[in-house]
Amino acid sequence: MPTLKNTTQEVLTLAEQHFKLAPGSLSPGDDFFKKLGIDSLQTLELLSRLENHFNIELPDYELQGVSDFKTLAERIQSRL
Amino acid sequence: MLDLAKYSSIGAALQDAVEKFASETCLIEADREREKDRLTYSEFKRRALPLARAMQDAGFSPADRASIVMTNQSKWLISAYAIFYSGGVLVPLDYKLTPAEHWQLLQHSGAKVLITEYPIWRQLSASPARDAITLQTIVVTDAPPNADLSGAQRWEEFHSNAKPAFVSRERKDVASIVYSSGTGGRPKGCMMTHENYLEQCVALTTLYPFWPGVRYLSILPTNHAIDFMVGFFGPFTCGASVVHLRTLRPEFVREAFTKYKITYVSLVPLVLKNLQKGLLVRFEELPAGKRKIFNALVTINKALTKSRPRLWLSRRLLKQVHAAFGGELQAIIVGGAFTEPQTLQFFYDLGIPVANGYGLTEAGTAITVNDLKPFRADTVGKPLPGMEVKIIDPASDGVGEVYVRSKTVMSGYLNDPELTAETIVDGWLRTGDLGQFDAQGHLHLSGRKKNMIVTEEGKNIYPEDIESAFESLPVKEFCVFAANYVWPQRSMLGEQLVLAIHLENQQTFTEELKKEITQRNNRLLNYKRIHGIVLFNEDFPRTASLKIKRNDLATLLAKLDRDHAILAL
Repeated sequence: MPTLKNTTQEVLTLAEQHFKLAPGSLSPGDDFFKKLGIDSLQTLELLSRLENHFNIELPDYELQGVSDFKTLAERIQSRL
Repeated sequence: MLDLAKYSSIGAALQDAVEKFASETCLIEADREREKDRLTYSEFKRRALPLARAMQDAGFSPADRASIVMTNQSKWLISAYAIFYSGGVLVPLDYKLTPAEHWQLLQHSGAKVLITEYPIWRQLSASPARDAITLQTIVVTDAPPNADLSGAQRWEEFHSNAKPAFVSRERKDVASIVYSSGTGGRPKGCMMTHENYLEQCVALTTLYPFWPGVRYLSILPTNHAIDFMVGFFGPFTCGASVVHLRTLRPEFVREAFTKYKITYVSLVPLVLKNLQKGLLVRFEELPAGKRKIFNALVTINKALTKSRPRLWLSRRLLKQVHAAFGGELQAIIVGGAFTEPQTLQFFYDLGIPVANGYGLTEAGTAITVNDLKPFRADTVGKPLPGMEVKIIDPASDGVGEVYVRSKTVMSGYLNDPELTAETIVDGWLRTGDLGQFDAQGHLHLSGRKKNMIVTEEGKNIYPEDIESAFESLPVKEFCVFAANYVWPQRSMLGEQLVLAIHLENQQTFTEELKKEITQRNNRLLNYKRIHGIVLFNEDFPRTASLKIKRNDLATLLAKLDRDHAILAL
């Protein structure tokens, strides 16, 4: 099983690809609403991409109150 | 449909509905592509009554208050039925609030019972704000087998098979306490009576009827007045079906339209606009030849539906567009915020009527609705049957504050007689919104009462009026303010409008953008033009229904130094 550190890095890389950002431009503590300037609908689209990559299902409620990549990666890690 | 004039309460009407439509499909619940549950009205009753009895056994008495904090799902409606059956008062709360806000409202409402979902309860129970409140009963759905319930009871175990007592209520009794958006320091708990709902339901279903076989897709949160009415009470009184999705991922929402052949859906403007964007991209991708044919068909459709919708014709002319929506969509109900006319027109031109209206929680969902006779994108429609609407203190242009009197108007704000007295004057609800009627009796809204300017020529200008000039501006979001509303001045002079802009991530304020704003601004009549731009680099605060919280945004902007913040155009 990948470590949380690896998972976090993969989440960041996928988010960078999804939102067409330069590699390395996101960090774990970034608030994705603020940093990416996205709305809740766009966040749900990112979730679908993450699910496909990790081959897991993330219910919408797992995102309640989550706004940074680190916490998001933790939620994913717990389902790997 | 049930004859609602005969009923004195929501509970009594629902009780008859589940008998009358016993074999009709009542609820469908799906999670992604999987259908999880499908209930007839009779099965719905069999799930709700044991909950009602368990609540009663736990000490829930008539007029006691019970709160539901849940995402849209079958158990939301089952719980509401049990509460009304027991003569209780429903307190529906927005599940997206923070735990501290939830506890604040639970305390304010005096709720004895809380019915919620485990992921929400996990956060609520860990909140320090919990200590101040004692709830009699907490019931939690969706809890994993070994979850720490922290004093709550599991939904699956909270039932009793003995027959519960049905408790009747009077029309004037409070049926629910609905907190209107804006969880500021002063909670506004609108006390809605049984009569409010019964009357509103009759008025709305006259214009937009439900019948057995109708499938309503419930996306807006059910605590919201619109979904409560058109995604619960309305369809139930007519034997229609409600479809719930446990995920709101756009791909699964799209799939639900075709899979369940949706008849009605309610959306907020942001989502409607998003749908429009998606469709536009797909139209752009059509090969040139096909696009030409498509555009010609849209033109024909526009001509043929000018006086009224002709759904059967539109569905044949623009088959693929309608197929993407399931092919049986009657109308998209849009509400919760002001919708840009061009978005409304876009859908209508494709043969998809958009029921645009105007309402507020205090008035019992809707005050005016577009009756589609003919469709008008530029207004919020005519008053619903039973609504008296008047314009108070109209200015020289005819615009004044909108007052409403109707059996659907709330009885007041909970524990706030002062605010109630300010809001309901001699039986008339002061909406705080400004508008005027046109010759056809359609209401045009022009903004909020206080956020406005009066020009030196004596013209009243409303920011919301100006915003359409900046539609589709390439920025993340924008909002027009009266500068003196943001930074109050002790003077009536020097009033001007400013455009507050939140740029996209990594976007910079370029000369090109400034030029575009100037060009659009110059298309406005000179007295309507904005005088400056305020750059703001945070998300605009929005309500649960994604309406910009103008007051809150103004408060945030007010922290900026006015002279430095306003970049002159």
